[in-house]
Amino acid sequence: MPAIPVMSDSELDSLRSILKDLTPQGRSALLPALQAAQQLYGWVNEEVAKEVSVALRVPLADVFGVLDFYAMLYRQPVGRTVLRVCSAPVCALAGGDAVAESLCRHLKIVPGEISSDDSFTVEHAPCLGLCDHAPVVLANEVVIAPADPGAPASTCAPSKQSAASFVGGDIRLLTINCGAGRTTSLNEYRQRGGYAGLKKALTMTPESVVAEVKSAGLVGRGGAAFPTGIKWEGAAKAPGQPKYIVCNADESEPGTFKDRILMEDDPHRILEGMIITAYAVGASRGYIYVRGEYRHAFNVLSAALAEASDAGLLGANISSSDFNFGIEMRLGAGAYICGEETALLESIEGKRGLPRIKPPFPTTSGLFGKPTVINNVETFCNVPLIIERGAADYRKLGTERSPGPKLFCVSGQIERPGLYEVPFGISLRHLLFDLAGGMKPNRRLRAVLMGGAAGAFALEKDLDVILSFESLSAAGLPLGSGAVMVFDETADIGEVLKRLGHFFADESCGKCYPCQLGTRRQHEILDRAAAGHALAGDRERLSDVGGTMIDASLCGLGQTAPMAVLSAMKLWPEMFK
Amino acid sequence: MADITLTIDGASVSVPAGTTILKAAEKLGRQVPTICYHDHCTANGLCRICVVEVDGVKPLLPACLSRVSEGMKVSTSSARAERSRRTILEMLASAIDLSEAPEIQKFIDDYRADRARFPDAERREVPLLDDNPMYLRDYAKCILCWRCVQVCAEDAQFTFAINFKGRGFDTGIGTFFDKPMPETTCVFCGQCVGVCPTGALKPKREALLEQGISLEEILQATKGGKKRRRKSS
Repeated sequence: MPAIPVMSDSELDSLRSILKDLTPQGRSALLPALQAAQQLYGWVNEEVAKEVSVALRVPLADVFGVLDFYAMLYRQPVGRTVLRVCSAPVCALAGGDAVAESLCRHLKIVPGEISSDDSFTVEHAPCLGLCDHAPVVLANEVVIAPADPGAPASTCAPSKQSAASFVGGDIRLLTINCGAGRTTSLNEYRQRGGYAGLKKALTMTPESVVAEVKSAGLVGRGGAAFPTGIKWEGAAKAPGQPKYIVCNADESEPGTFKDRILMEDDPHRILEGMIITAYAVGASRGYIYVRGEYRHAFNVLSAALAEASDAGLLGANISSSDFNFGIEMRLGAGAYICGEETALLESIEGKRGLPRIKPPFPTTSGLFGKPTVINNVETFCNVPLIIERGAADYRKLGTERSPGPKLFCVSGQIERPGLYEVPFGISLRHLLFDLAGGMKPNRRLRAVLMGGAAGAFALEKDLDVILSFESLSAAGLPLGSGAVMVFDETADIGEVLKRLGHFFADESCGKCYPCQLGTRRQHEILDRAAAGHALAGDRERLSDVGGTMIDASLCGLGQTAPMAVLSAMKLWPEMFK
Repeated sequence: MADITLTIDGASVSVPAGTTILKAAEKLGRQVPTICYHDHCTANGLCRICVVEVDGVKPLLPACLSRVSEGMKVSTSSARAERSRRTILEMLASAIDLSEAPEIQKFIDDYRADRARFPDAERREVPLLDDNPMYLRDYAKCILCWRCVQVCAEDAQFTFAINFKGRGFDTGIGTFFDKPMPETTCVFCGQCVGVCPTGALKPKREALLEQGISLEEILQATKGGKKRRRKSS
């Protein structure tokens, strides 16, 4: 029988004191507890997992199930520094594989192994949300962007640096405080008019705040484009207390980095949006769930929460009103699926991040079974703007059916990758050629992947498409999360599809059969196509697997996992037999 | 509760509000195929083999979970539903040992699914676990219907000995750090074995009988570790 690691009481003392504080939260503290344990010991062994199980009263097998679900939690030793090399399409085009190979050669290991001095482990990571700095490595919490494949030693010993993203666009409303490469403090935010929306909201009735957001025509910016006001109204009217506001900051869609910039550069705008939302729907508790790879954004938001609480903007009697609202932070642990709203709620509850069956919807039965509004970071950032300016003024931006400002994440083979804020209604050509500087010298556009991994390809002929929900939908292109990945003629689309195939196969939660099995079968077919070994019948296989995932999958991940592939099959049928 | 009237494949049926499409179809004598569904377990809509097409709804809906509504028009065997069923069956056959899953085998024949549709496909191959005298665990046959985990937990036994591990295609059923069954909270109630539809969980005596081993040897091999103490001898 293998020896069970025996840890002394003194070794376990620091864990036990952390667990003592978490015990009252029960299972919902499972992720924070496992993360704290891992922070202490580098990984979570059996004995440590048992301590967590006892303290939070979660069955052992369930603790193991959660531990084994999340990619950033380890049940076996790893190097003290985990070097996560982004393997998403944009980083791959910029030399991500060469970075990983040079690191492995330098450390004399293969991905997943520990270097001989226990210092390093190299891993392939899904999109790290730094596509404008490709290729990217995350060394524990430190971002190396771009990483130099020729200098693995400096990647292993990074000087503390944070990558400043280029922020531009035709308007600067949501991003007015972004792009300086540092965080906007509470004082600065207030000096520039911040929290005026909250002040105004508190003079209105909650019903009129909801009505204002409804008439502004705001729809969710996370990808599903659900009308925000209708969501709020549902939660406001639903019976049950307490009600919850959840900020979905699990931004993980490949090619998307807008929420990271909003969080890192202007955290108070998000808090203000959440506080107004809470007031409008009568919620007293909130959570911000930040993806595990965004440790810096998590730290920035945590600090902003403390600032806001000290200033009386959070907690009891906010701004001397009788309205109370508190926010708790949650850090994800490496699971794209947790961006799906109900999977995110499960994750906060201390479970594996599996999407729930809908209905019931979160508005009536959300977090802990209570009425819940869950919105994306960018959606919350629109709220102060709407309240401060009024719906009519807000609607002057954008188009009739897509009002307001929109953030686009432009990355890939283009002159000036970055975050661009525009009113809905500009053309894709304007975004790429006027704002982002167009193609690199002497390169021609091959395709633009719109909407992320779950997106569709646009070609040169589509450049005049108008960026609005209605026009894009008519053109058969998704807006998704606002990701715009540009590929020039040097890019191998087969290779891009292969990356997307890997991504969905790695990130499927495994709950429903179409996605659990279909993402793996799709990835195998895309692999052999990229290697030039497509089999006869592969086109039909992809189309049946894809159609089945779209039609029969339980959640949005499975329903969109074949989108880019099916779009490519239409445009480049010769890629498959 | 008031009855709801809907049409299923053109036939009208009235059922109490809250009835699932699956049960409403049964009332009409129509069998929608199911794999993960079990009358006495919480339905989770995992296998999606029971998907049906409902007028005005874009994605297909799982009949086991979806509730009827007034005037609903359901088609249980539209081309899309059949394509999904056939493809799901083909993908199951490509990944899992279905040799002891006669119900699924029948569906494969019914839907004319091609067992060899996916050449060179990775199979979920895991070694047989024989770690206790009561039952064998052959997860190469596991289709992840969740029934065993559910009856071990809130659906029946509240023992919580098993849960999931991994994710995606690599999801499996496991114990705490893969411990052998006798080292877990398992009470050997047998509920999980009883609900397993594919022979992934099997009584050890049954497995040995199938191998043609003599009764004496079987009894010897499956005696519990602990001897019962007799009061007097």
